[in-house]
Amino acid sequence: MRNEQKQEVIRASGIAKSFGTTEALKEISFGVNEGEIFGFIGPDGAGKTTLFRILTTLLLPGKGSMTVLGRDVVREFRKLRGEIGYMPGRFSLYMDLTVGENLRFYASVFGTTIEENYDLIRDIYTHIEPFTNRLAGRLSGGMKQKLALSCALIHRPRLLVLDEPTTGVDAVSRTEFWEMLRQLREHRITVLVSTPYMDEAMRCDRVALLQEGRILAIDTPENIRQGYSRRLYSVRSAEKFRLITALRKFPETRTAWPFGEDVHVTFREEGRASGLENFLREVGITDARITEIRAGIEDCFLELMGGAHAGP
Amino acid sequence: MKRFAGFVRKEFIHIFRDPLTMIILFVIPALMTLLFGFVITTELKDVRVAFLDLSRDEMTQKIADKISSSGFFMRAGDLENYGEIDGALRSQRVKVVIIFGEHFGRNLLSEGRATLHIVTDGSEPNVATQATSFISAIAADVNRELAGTAVTANLLVQPEVRMVYNPALKSQYMFVPGLITMIMILICALMTSITLTREKEFGTMEALLVSPLKPIQIIMGKVIPYFFLSLIDAVLIILLSRLVFGLEVKGSLFLLWLEVMLYILMSLSLGILISSVAKTMQQAIFITLVGGMLPTVLLSGFIFPVESMPGAYRWVSAVLPPRYFIVILKNIMIKGTGFLHVWKETLILFLFAVFFVVMSIRSFKVRLE
Repeated sequence: MRNEQKQEVIRASGIAKSFGTTEALKEISFGVNEGEIFGFIGPDGAGKTTLFRILTTLLLPGKGSMTVLGRDVVREFRKLRGEIGYMPGRFSLYMDLTVGENLRFYASVFGTTIEENYDLIRDIYTHIEPFTNRLAGRLSGGMKQKLALSCALIHRPRLLVLDEPTTGVDAVSRTEFWEMLRQLREHRITVLVSTPYMDEAMRCDRVALLQEGRILAIDTPENIRQGYSRRLYSVRSAEKFRLITALRKFPETRTAWPFGEDVHVTFREEGRASGLENFLREVGITDARITEIRAGIEDCFLELMGGAHAGP
Repeated sequence: MKRFAGFVRKEFIHIFRDPLTMIILFVIPALMTLLFGFVITTELKDVRVAFLDLSRDEMTQKIADKISSSGFFMRAGDLENYGEIDGALRSQRVKVVIIFGEHFGRNLLSEGRATLHIVTDGSEPNVATQATSFISAIAADVNRELAGTAVTANLLVQPEVRMVYNPALKSQYMFVPGLITMIMILICALMTSITLTREKEFGTMEALLVSPLKPIQIIMGKVIPYFFLSLIDAVLIILLSRLVFGLEVKGSLFLLWLEVMLYILMSLSLGILISSVAKTMQQAIFITLVGGMLPTVLLSGFIFPVESMPGAYRWVSAVLPPRYFIVILKNIMIKGTGFLHVWKETLILFLFAVFFVVMSIRSFKVRLE
């Protein structure tokens, strides 16, 4: 299936959108191919939701044009609606309706029945089926997410648009969720997903890194990592805070960003890591472990953002 | 159609599952009817009545006795001339003065009609109206008796009522048309505007918009459940006022329901129009209460008669649909008049309804802001 000729499902050119004086999107262009999982990765306020709303005909673009499933999002919005499966950032479930009622409602609105498309949602819905008669408002975040996904899929859309589906959901549910999205590829459904979590980028076929309304890069996650040109080191110490301060004082340091337990460091000139160990010992950090590592998506993101300054 | 049915079903679930909605829909109207009824209705007993009998004949004596012995009135004395009326009413003892003109009995026999004047103390409107209607009833009784004697088949004692101090007197039942008017606008406009803004606020509108549902289907899906529930409410109020307060609808029930439906439709579309302006439920509530309820209560003639309003208020009142509905209801329910007497008000309501329906469909936003 992946070898068939790729067909574009979405083509956006020069899409811009402003709210008052705030430019949410600054003339971005991209294309999404049929059957792929395409991720928009970016922090809050990067413009992900605005972009998705233009894409789902909920907002008019200020500039530029976009076709989704071969239809213009402005002129043919009426036809396009109903062909997309959309899961807004706030899940759009009715909290006073039960799990079953929610699903049945969305099925009826799209002119179908649960039974007709049950095969499509089976793998997802079985997780929440024991709670069919529970009010949606009483579900956990992970279960709400699965129900919302089932509701967005119930009319067998060709394109599934998910706005931050994993925000506010526990780690286990997040992993499960990505597994479900993978399985959807068997049904040739194109998935467009946005997330602020950099680690989720690796689960997409292709990603676009979005920052302040601009696309920094579009490629497969692997290619983006390959594109990282510098040597990157991870430094770890029990005294993390002092370590960051010390690293930023070290004259050869170019960037030093905290990454969980570690600090990721780049140097002005390659291969200067050796001097660092002595420097750290001088300021009293004796347990520092320095290892060269491969850049992750977040490293790439920070680099593309213009990481020439030492960090926050 | 299946889509639409699914949408309506969902709306009914929302309504029946929310205790607050159920209270607003059914408990508050019933409570308001009873409250208004009991506060305003007073028992009529031993109302002091004075007579000014200028003809002093057999017929006037008979009618005066009949009134005095009815149990509702107590003869407080006889007046000598018109000049004493004001003093008698001001003395607080007398609430009603009944005047028989000169040659009452002779007029009745020769011309077939004679006029009985009733002057009441309008500062106690409820007593005054009740007394008036009781005396009118007694006069009607006399008419019937006279007809029965077959002396002359069409003798007529005509009560002619004049109320002093409060010429635009409101009856104790006037609250029922006003209450229906108010509750209909409360439920229709408030509830529909809330239910639509709720979808916006909870983010479910996003999903609804990206569905094949047309705006008209979304709007009608919201309107239909409330249309039926409002009708049930109207039945509830009219039934309660009938059973508890004995108010009977004098005019055509069929016409009454047609008018009620028209008014409900008008209020519902007003609610949708409000929801297209309001972004949150709070805004919707505020606009409906301040922009809809308050003027309805104050300016539509529910509490203060339109006739006694200063010019400017009367102009404001003219653009409030409830004002016309109150007139229609009063005519049908209390006066018992037919469509010919209310066609103008009905036409105005109809035009309002058309205007709001068109506006609400046109202003429905097919996209997010």
